[in-house]
Amino acid sequence: MSEFHSVERRDFVTIVLAGLGSIIAGLVGLPALGYLIDPALRARKSEAWIPLGKLENFEIGKPTLATFTRSKVNGWEKTVSSYGVFVLRKSDAEQFVLSNVCTHLSCRVNWNEEKKQYTCPCHDAAFSLEGEVLGGPPPRPLDRFEGEELKIEENVLYLHFAEG
Amino acid sequence: MWKNLYAWLDERLSLGSLYKIILDRPEPKGNWWNTLGSASLFLFLLQGVTGIFLSVYYTPSPDHAYDSIEYIMNGVAFGWLIRGIHHWGASLMVLIVFIHMLRVFVTASFKYPRELTWLVGVGLLLLTLGMGFTGYLLPWNQRAYWATTVGTEIAGSVPLLGAFIEKSLRGGADLSALTLARFFAAHIWMLPAALAGLIGVHLYLIIKHGESQWPNKDD
Repeated sequence: MSEFHSVERRDFVTIVLAGLGSIIAGLVGLPALGYLIDPALRARKSEAWIPLGKLENFEIGKPTLATFTRSKVNGWEKTVSSYGVFVLRKSDAEQFVLSNVCTHLSCRVNWNEEKKQYTCPCHDAAFSLEGEVLGGPPPRPLDRFEGEELKIEENVLYLHFAEG
Repeated sequence: MWKNLYAWLDERLSLGSLYKIILDRPEPKGNWWNTLGSASLFLFLLQGVTGIFLSVYYTPSPDHAYDSIEYIMNGVAFGWLIRGIHHWGASLMVLIVFIHMLRVFVTASFKYPRELTWLVGVGLLLLTLGMGFTGYLLPWNQRAYWATTVGTEIAGSVPLLGAFIEKSLRGGADLSALTLARFFAAHIWMLPAALAGLIGVHLYLIIKHGESQWPNKDD
């Protein structure tokens, strides 16, 4: 065998076919893999500034319920969830917001004006004006938003919503 | 190392003789028309793989079928490619299977001892058309809906049994969620299973009898 024929025709065909086959397999296989894992690669962006209402709607010293909805799209399915928060303005410059979701089993708490506390209809939990547990089964105070999580623009109170 | 591993496997699986019997068969005369059966088999496998991939996102319910396909086309990375291959592969498979049948007819390859290969092949052709018919409804758009309405009506024109056949195909008097669900079941389970089984028989018969000689003037 001379040095010009160091690669046999049969081997050449095998190598070329294997090479082309690998390229085609890659061209089809990689997109297929991308297709399968695509939903896992998507970053979910759910954070937003939610307008809760004009400041004058929230009486100073009295918790006021503000509600809003957020929609979530998973593939071809859209889910809309409602949220409620209690806004409490302590003074003209100071305010905080409490989630109305009970920290026990996620029932929605109500403000009881006579007792001056939040009460949960499910298991008689009670929270103070500041959201601390006064009685019942809840393990921790109501979720609280203040400081950086709130902003006031043109007399409207905004809540920074980050939950998925 | 690889040689030892291969020898170990070969001793137990007899890969060498499998290769010889299945792939290294003598060909009467190299001819591109004789590759159409292999092309059909390749398309069947391609449709199987892309179909499995589509079932990752597709939902066979009237509420979601159209939206889920919309999502495959516009939402998922390379969804358009997978569905495109499945869509065009389907048309191509019907075409290739049909030309394959014509080739067998023209070269008289259906004669003794290959009559059963031909009969099984007729079954394969009908099953392929069935795949096309059931798959056509799945996008659940206007074209799919009305094509299936007309198609099942045609089946309903059979004498005596027609009304029963039409109702059985539709899963009721009208096209409904039941029609979509049963067409889906037929498209991804029943027909492919039947196809795979008959393809096995078809291949066994071809390996057993070998390929037919091209007819000459004396035939």
